[in-house]
Amino acid sequence: MTNNTAIELRNLTKTFGKVVANKNISLSVNKGEILSVLGENGSGKTTLMNMIAGIYFPDEGQIFVDGKEVSITSPKHAYDLKIGMIHQHFKLVDIFNAVENIVLGIDEGSYNLKAATAKIKETCDKYGFEIDFSKKIYEMSVSEKQTVEIVKVLYRGADILILDEPTAVLTPQEIDKLFNVLRKMRDDGKAIIIITHKLYEVLEISDRIAVLRKGEYIGTVNTADANESMLTEMMVGEKISLNIQRSEPVNPTERLTVKNVNCYNRDGAKILDNISFSAYSGEILGIAGISGSGQRELLEAIAGLQKIHDGDIVYNNPKTGKSDNLRDKTPMQIRELGVRLSFVPEDRLGMGLVGNMDITDNMMLRSYRKGHSMFLKRKEPKDLAEKIIKDLQVVTPDTKTPVRRLSGGNVQKVLVGREIASSPTVLMAAYPVRGLDINSSYTIYNLLNGQKEKGVAVIFVGEDLDVLIELCDRILVISGGKVTGILDGRTAKKEEIGLLMTKKTNGDGGER
Amino acid sequence: MASKIVKNHTPLFHIAKRDELPFYKSLLIRIGSIVAALIVCAIVIIAFTGENPLSIYATIVEGAVGTKRRTWGLFQNVAMLLCVSLAVTPAFKMKFWNIGAEGQVLMGGLATIYVMMFYGETLQPAVLYPVMVIASILAGAIWGLIPAVFKALWNTNETLFTLMMNYIAIQLISYYTYVNAVPKGSGQIGIINSDTKAGWFPSLGGYDYLLNIIIVAALTVFMFVYLKYSKHGYELSVVGESENTARYIGINVKKVIIRTMLLSGAMCGIAGLLLVAGTDHSITRETAGGRGFTAIMVSWLAKFNPIYMILTSLLLVFLEKGAIQISTKFQLNPSFSEILTGIIIFFIIGSEFFINYRIMFRHSAKKEVK
Repeated sequence: MTNNTAIELRNLTKTFGKVVANKNISLSVNKGEILSVLGENGSGKTTLMNMIAGIYFPDEGQIFVDGKEVSITSPKHAYDLKIGMIHQHFKLVDIFNAVENIVLGIDEGSYNLKAATAKIKETCDKYGFEIDFSKKIYEMSVSEKQTVEIVKVLYRGADILILDEPTAVLTPQEIDKLFNVLRKMRDDGKAIIIITHKLYEVLEISDRIAVLRKGEYIGTVNTADANESMLTEMMVGEKISLNIQRSEPVNPTERLTVKNVNCYNRDGAKILDNISFSAYSGEILGIAGISGSGQRELLEAIAGLQKIHDGDIVYNNPKTGKSDNLRDKTPMQIRELGVRLSFVPEDRLGMGLVGNMDITDNMMLRSYRKGHSMFLKRKEPKDLAEKIIKDLQVVTPDTKTPVRRLSGGNVQKVLVGREIASSPTVLMAAYPVRGLDINSSYTIYNLLNGQKEKGVAVIFVGEDLDVLIELCDRILVISGGKVTGILDGRTAKKEEIGLLMTKKTNGDGGER
Repeated sequence: MASKIVKNHTPLFHIAKRDELPFYKSLLIRIGSIVAALIVCAIVIIAFTGENPLSIYATIVEGAVGTKRRTWGLFQNVAMLLCVSLAVTPAFKMKFWNIGAEGQVLMGGLATIYVMMFYGETLQPAVLYPVMVIASILAGAIWGLIPAVFKALWNTNETLFTLMMNYIAIQLISYYTYVNAVPKGSGQIGIINSDTKAGWFPSLGGYDYLLNIIIVAALTVFMFVYLKYSKHGYELSVVGESENTARYIGINVKKVIIRTMLLSGAMCGIAGLLLVAGTDHSITRETAGGRGFTAIMVSWLAKFNPIYMILTSLLLVFLEKGAIQISTKFQLNPSFSEILTGIIIFFIIGSEFFINYRIMFRHSAKKEVK
């Protein structure tokens, strides 16, 4: 059995600052086997694979290739050990064709493109790849680019292949093709590791499944013995009690209605697919989903930052009783309608705040337009900055400190504090506790709860299911840009949410 | 291969960003860098010329402020460089790489000389001067507006665009001087309206350049206030720092880009006016004299603060004037004085690195861990 092991990891640990990305992870892959590494976002899958591929160096632990201990110092060194990784974001030169990209960086004296082409063709025929050698990379589809990446790795003689979410960008037909090729490679004795969080794919393609959760290794199961609900439970874990206070919504009325909203990204792919829901005053609506399922686009569409293809976003103004359609409105126009919409975006320093400006000037972002004067008034924002520093216990030397110098939790307090200060009627927060320690997280939960009690319609996009279940009144689950369910936060089960999060939608399942 | 692996990954030293330095410390680093630059220059001087470095330095000072005329010339040049630097600052603060100030200045100058040549005799001074001002501002603003519109609407690369606009401006000047040569057939424009002085800036209290200097001083105050205390200035800083934040907060990014480049171009146009009507009373392809590029350095060195820009432009002009003097007095190749200027500027820019970063050596890093 041991001589059949292609690569073995023993007790690998990797930390970034205070964050433990991987903790004591041990697993092994055999020759002629496909292993799936399964886990939620932030469970440490990619970090683990990057250590095998020589991009990160582990803090602790050992890696054995073919039974020999190695320390992999660079991607090139990984290639020398016959390990090749196909990244989620392709690393190809756009204006080169396939062959040029494949031979690039290989040191064999001078390049002999003819011989290389012949050798590449041979590889393609062996495994059933199709490459158009006359095309340049920029003329290729995503799937073709991926093929080039895989052949590039094979050309360099890799026997251990790592694929980081290879199906995320493919159509169902392309996924079928990819899986066929992967099976052929497995039958040829290659060891293949595939990272994904799509359960049905995992069950379809792999021989064994290793599950990670929050940086820790949970276990490995044979695919033959596994089923969806069992894997979900391994992925999301058992319910932990957090003791976040949750009050009953008082007199909820419909504040924001999203009707049949469709959105496309720049490449023309559908990112929001017929989304409909309502947000009520005095409640917290949670949004759960694997990251990249359309959460960001949904919030940005409501905030007027994302163009909507069709559908309506209707705001019911509690003051005037009027209903306004926010569709095709800029953030400025939305404000002018009297809609008090606050938004804590995911990218705090890149979108919500200006890192190089001090706290006062960041407070001013929301309010500087007030008045007809040409000039800025810094008095009010400065008072607000001082109030937020005091009320939310922001650790900072003074109001003149650039926000990028503050720690993550304090940055978030400044941002949430500012957004709440404009007494919103709708408050949207995307991953507001990401990267925050426990205490700062609770400060944020309390702030959100306080807003809810004031009758604000709070929309909370989260990744930690335990938090969503304890904090939210209702939980909307999206998968692949579609709403797959709306659950009551008081009765929802983690496994139930997990299944809905990974539920196959028409977008990526499809006509087979 | 596997046997060659080096297990120790700690490099000999690494660079870490430092916290904000107190003002006096950063001042000390800056002064230290100038001292270091002078020492290196001295070594270079002795090695290549055998002259006494101290007498070379004395000559630099002499060349810059040795006589009253030279001192006025220095102030005039500082004012002109500062004017262009003020003009490019809002664009650079918005992270719009306007390297077309040279062309914008020339267009302002071209508009000025056109008005002076063709209407200088016919218009009353009370009409002539305002027309000159408006024409120069418009010409510069249009030259700044064109790349801004393309950037705002189609996201073209402003660096290449503004650079190419320079060549168009230079060729327009060539064409204009060829067609309207004074005296005719000479292929260039000499000093115009020298008898009537129509369109010439008046000398105040006998000082030819005083009006230029006063105008630039006023522009400096204007730009300082505009950037620091106006809503426009705040918006352009937000756009420069993060376009995403600007959009999130509801700033119309396209509008801000266009508005800011109109201002930047208009101020370059004023610089062209001052150079033509207030200084040269003529125009050539070299009227802007590379100030459009030097201004970028002035602006960045001063971290976009108009008040600091007075110092940085003074430094650069001082060195330039001194360099001319040493090459004439010591019969040295002009390139040699450029080498000295280069060394000094290199050290000054280099000092910014030590203000922002510190170098940690391996053993000191280990100490920290303990």
